[in-house]
Amino acid sequence: MTDAARNGEPAPPLVEVKGLRRVFDLSKPLLNRLLEGGGRVSLTAVDGVDFSIRRGETFALVGESGSGKSTIAKMAVGLLRPSAGSVTIDGIDVAGKASADTQRRMRRRIQMIFQDPYASLNPRWRVHAIVEEPIKAFGMLPDAKERAARVGELLSLVGLDPRDGQKFPHEFSGGQRQRIAIARALASEPNFIVCDEPTSALDVSVQAQVLNLLRELQDRLGLTYLFISHNLAVVRHVATRVGVLYLGRLVEEAPARELFSDPKHPYTRMLLDAVPDIEMEGKERLTIAGEIPNPVNPPSGCHFNPRCPFVMPHCKTVVPPVLDRGNARVRCHLFAEG
Amino acid sequence: MTEPVLSVRNLIVEFPTRRGVLRAIDDLSFDIAPGEVLGVVGESGAGKSLTGAAIIGLLEPPGRVAGGEIRLAGERIDNLSPERMRTIRGKRIGMIFQDPLTSLNPLYRIGDQLTETILTHEPISARAARDKALRLLEEVGIPAAETRLSAYPHQFSGGMRQRVVIALALAVDPQLVIADEPTTALDVSVQAQIIALLKRICADRGASVMLITHDMGVIAETADRVCVLYAGRLAEIGPVRDVVKRPQHPYASGLMAAIPSLAGDPDEKLAQIPGSMPRLGAIPRGCAFNPRCGYAFDRCRTERPDAYPAGASQAACFLHDAASALPPEVAGRAAEAGIQVARVPAEARP
Repeated sequence: MTDAARNGEPAPPLVEVKGLRRVFDLSKPLLNRLLEGGGRVSLTAVDGVDFSIRRGETFALVGESGSGKSTIAKMAVGLLRPSAGSVTIDGIDVAGKASADTQRRMRRRIQMIFQDPYASLNPRWRVHAIVEEPIKAFGMLPDAKERAARVGELLSLVGLDPRDGQKFPHEFSGGQRQRIAIARALASEPNFIVCDEPTSALDVSVQAQVLNLLRELQDRLGLTYLFISHNLAVVRHVATRVGVLYLGRLVEEAPARELFSDPKHPYTRMLLDAVPDIEMEGKERLTIAGEIPNPVNPPSGCHFNPRCPFVMPHCKTVVPPVLDRGNARVRCHLFAEG
Repeated sequence: MTEPVLSVRNLIVEFPTRRGVLRAIDDLSFDIAPGEVLGVVGESGAGKSLTGAAIIGLLEPPGRVAGGEIRLAGERIDNLSPERMRTIRGKRIGMIFQDPLTSLNPLYRIGDQLTETILTHEPISARAARDKALRLLEEVGIPAAETRLSAYPHQFSGGMRQRVVIALALAVDPQLVIADEPTTALDVSVQAQIIALLKRICADRGASVMLITHDMGVIAETADRVCVLYAGRLAEIGPVRDVVKRPQHPYASGLMAAIPSLAGDPDEKLAQIPGSMPRLGAIPRGCAFNPRCGYAFDRCRTERPDAYPAGASQAACFLHDAASALPPEVAGRAAEAGIQVARVPAEARP
């Protein structure tokens, strides 16, 4: 037991994201720039994002296309290096220079589930080989028999038949493929899983199966999730805390219940209002005109200012600071003191 | 009763393959009344888009209409020659597809595409057509429409492009608009704008709409009636409020319960339907839904249900046929779940 836990304080977060920033260079090659003129063009996909995830919790990132959700996911698993800032897992920097051995141990504990189960499984491999791969890669079970038993166990854990291991991915439906992807992610016994739109490619009835499975596994294995989605109703169902992204900035971050019952940032309110309402209560809508601006050339000040119904003069020039409001953090001038 | 704008009767769509003929749409019937918005929902492979393609005569070969009738304002259109069909498509039936980039020609200016469509179907001068195109762009909410007429599709954002496609579909005042997943490729904030636009512009012109989508939220906000498809067959059809709030087919009821919503308790487990939709070659005998259905009894496994009246809707389910020998236990459970079974046998009554 750690000292903090013994003192009754909350455990330190498992995942900490600090000042995360990623800039992509979209410039033309040097020769073209010299001949045709024009300078460097860069796109800030993620711009100073901070959040942390406690053990056993689900942190959801929501946002529309171009908000930087997937870029954060890639940096969280070390597939992409941050331009600035860091992602640390249990105190170890994912993109850092820790010893090879430390890195290896940390990598084993991070896994990812992707959006499209039709693209994330090798069609030429049998399912047992797919699920076995991480176990082999990390040299976890040297004995082939033990490995086979473990694969069977993993397949049962995600609700498939151990005999399904002999089949190829094309013999499964989308939902079953996503179960295979989950079994593979669990193979290295991770404690942190990044789920990038894990149900967006699935039909509703199957989506419910996968969401329930993810939650059940979290309860059983104490997993920590970073859950990326554009679907607010899904996020409401899985998340403990939610962060709302707009053009690379976290505009609001709050416990899930609070974010849905008392959204603060005008963009969050607009997103919640825009979700088509199956309840048909005929709710009052805060409709907002316009679309997401081009991220290469975002509006100055608060990125949301051209679409915001509560815009004030200084929103157009001053980037709003992150303000603490109870359990929530919001990036909006409306919430400034005075 | 007024004559329906679209009437589909016992439609069958088949795909001959080397391993035999696959029936993708099997005995599907529905009507769309003038000015009505009919939502067509179902999961992937349920036959939603194929139904749309069959109506406008754009089934990809070897797919073919193998039976049934499609009537547009009383006139049969499923057996017309491709040339005749071309005069109906675009003129009397407008189309909106999911990806606006594929329905716009990237090499032509927006204004030219609009005027071309208008001139193909209407005997007016080029100048009048251009004026009409301009008015259309203004109507669908394109800012600075005058200058945007000479822009190319890639110069528009996704939402603006879909607005152009809507203008194109409604350019010559069709009686029916078939919108196949019109908002699926768009972000939520833009989706809401496009739905509102589609609803308003079709209502203004009195056009009927067949709205194909997998998103029940979109249907709930837009449609007057809904048709739920399962494995190429009708599961339930009825007024939107009834189908969403009091679904009568076990599949429809499972589907509604599986949708995560912004209301309700987020900690509760989502209801889930076990299994997944059968593949076309492996549709079970009897009711296509029976292996996944919690209320299936003997008759469901051998006979295929017709559509029976069920509350305000019609449901293709034996729970609603008074002639079914419903096991009392099944009838009791179904009634508890809000399904108005045809006749609760005496034993099950309290």
